[in-house]
Amino acid sequence: MLQLSEAIRQHVHDGDVVALEGFTHLIPFAAGHEIIRQGKRGLTLIRMTPDVIYDQIIGSGCAKKLIFSWGGNPGVGSLHRLRDAVEKGWPQPLVIEEHSHAGMVTAYAAGAAHLPFGTLRGYLGTDLPKHNSNIRFIECPFTGERLAAVPAIRPDVTIVHAQKADRRGNVLMWGVVGVQKEAILAAKRAIVTVEEFVDRLEAPPNSVVLPSWIVSAVCQVKGGAFPSYAQGYYKRNNAFYKQWDKIAVDRDTFKSWIERHVTGTKDFDGFRRSLNQEAERA
Amino acid sequence: MPDTPYTADEMMTIAAARMLRNGAVCFVGIGLPSAAANLARLTHAPEVVLIYESGTIGSKPDVLPLSIGDGELAETADAVVSSVEIFSYWLQGGRIDVGFLGAAQIDRFANINTTVIGDYKTPSTRLPGAGGAPEIAASSGEVLITLRQTRRAFVEKLDFVTSTGHLDGGNSREQFHFPGKGPTAVITDLGILTPDPVTKELTLTSIHPGVPLEKVIEATGWPLKVAPELRTTAPPTENELRVLRDLQARTARAHADEL
Repeated sequence: MLQLSEAIRQHVHDGDVVALEGFTHLIPFAAGHEIIRQGKRGLTLIRMTPDVIYDQIIGSGCAKKLIFSWGGNPGVGSLHRLRDAVEKGWPQPLVIEEHSHAGMVTAYAAGAAHLPFGTLRGYLGTDLPKHNSNIRFIECPFTGERLAAVPAIRPDVTIVHAQKADRRGNVLMWGVVGVQKEAILAAKRAIVTVEEFVDRLEAPPNSVVLPSWIVSAVCQVKGGAFPSYAQGYYKRNNAFYKQWDKIAVDRDTFKSWIERHVTGTKDFDGFRRSLNQEAERA
Repeated sequence: MPDTPYTADEMMTIAAARMLRNGAVCFVGIGLPSAAANLARLTHAPEVVLIYESGTIGSKPDVLPLSIGDGELAETADAVVSSVEIFSYWLQGGRIDVGFLGAAQIDRFANINTTVIGDYKTPSTRLPGAGGAPEIAASSGEVLITLRQTRRAFVEKLDFVTSTGHLDGGNSREQFHFPGKGPTAVITDLGILTPDPVTKELTLTSIHPGVPLEKVIEATGWPLKVAPELRTTAPPTENELRVLRDLQARTARAHADEL
């Protein structure tokens, strides 16, 4: 159990391969902000669905590469900072490695299983393999069927947000749980932020529980998935996602937003207070 | 004709909803497909099973989701499973009857592009990318596609093939031995196109009421084949329109939240 700032300092290093996972739910925004605050550089980011937090990290110049399968602001449109980095190299060039969701989950599952690659019935007839040399094809040794193969994902560190942890650091999450468990098991190190610590986890059998001994650090950050949602705690703030489009479309607007609300604040509570103050003034 | 006037978008969503049979297991894309699939569930197909790629199985949302993983989808589902499970066991495992997709671009053999407009490295429009679509198109029993019909969307040649339809037409899709038979209908704001049984080329088989044929031809980026016995789509019923508008009004109220 650590402060989030300390966990990021200890476990995320310049040049690391980092996965902050979350499938529209439980997105680790607070942890992403701490990566920006600490000015990490040269990261390879992995995520099935890079959205607003990855736009913020990429626009802040922390990343050199992105491995993904769907990149957008869900229900709103493009990620302007991601596009600017890929197309114009601002604030620094970003290499992309593009997959499908089925390819990404297969690669994570292979990572969790400590296999060199995963295989799936996919990608055939599409243009994705033409632009991504990490999508290859193999012949099934039993039936001769042509199958796609993708290399295992093995992040240096995976970061997720969950609903709660007990005092020993066992983590429980529920709802849309995405690929978080595989992403944690595939990683060398793992950081989890949680809504709350409880005395007893009271997890029903077969729940998604991450035992404390597979997690490097558990940090309490109440509301740490805002503006995404935490089922049972708070709803998705759709208004923020819509506003983000206007903030991110312009480099200067983006920079001053990050300086005011992220690098200009001490932690996620400070970020939330800063946003609220701005809303009150408006 | 009903007394109530309706829009071309409403006709599209209603025509698309009608294609979904009651009891079908449907893997639903966000946006237009999700609106159509939920309209089907709230009208003629109450037993339809809606599966979203966030892992929600049997979702019965009261309002349309803004994102593919809205809490509403999880809270109203029969089961919520992980991403690995939804793609490996349920989709690739052959449990899906109908994949319901949208698209930014489509060609005459119903291959679709949701990746880039223009060159891959220097696109004029960068779209979100593949998501679940390539494997939904490959592994669902059949595929329905719904999008607005314009020359920008219905193109002679795709800038990028994200998901495989009938490839180069004829039997060419068969070389991949996909479990699913591919696209069976494309529902637009102007009409319904279905693949020719032999050539697999999309053919206009139904035109929406009041739409001039020239308008459909004009909105298609290749010389459009028109069925010799072109049908006219039945106009929306009062009930279909009322249920759709109620759903959209509830959705607008639910998403009009503040910071």
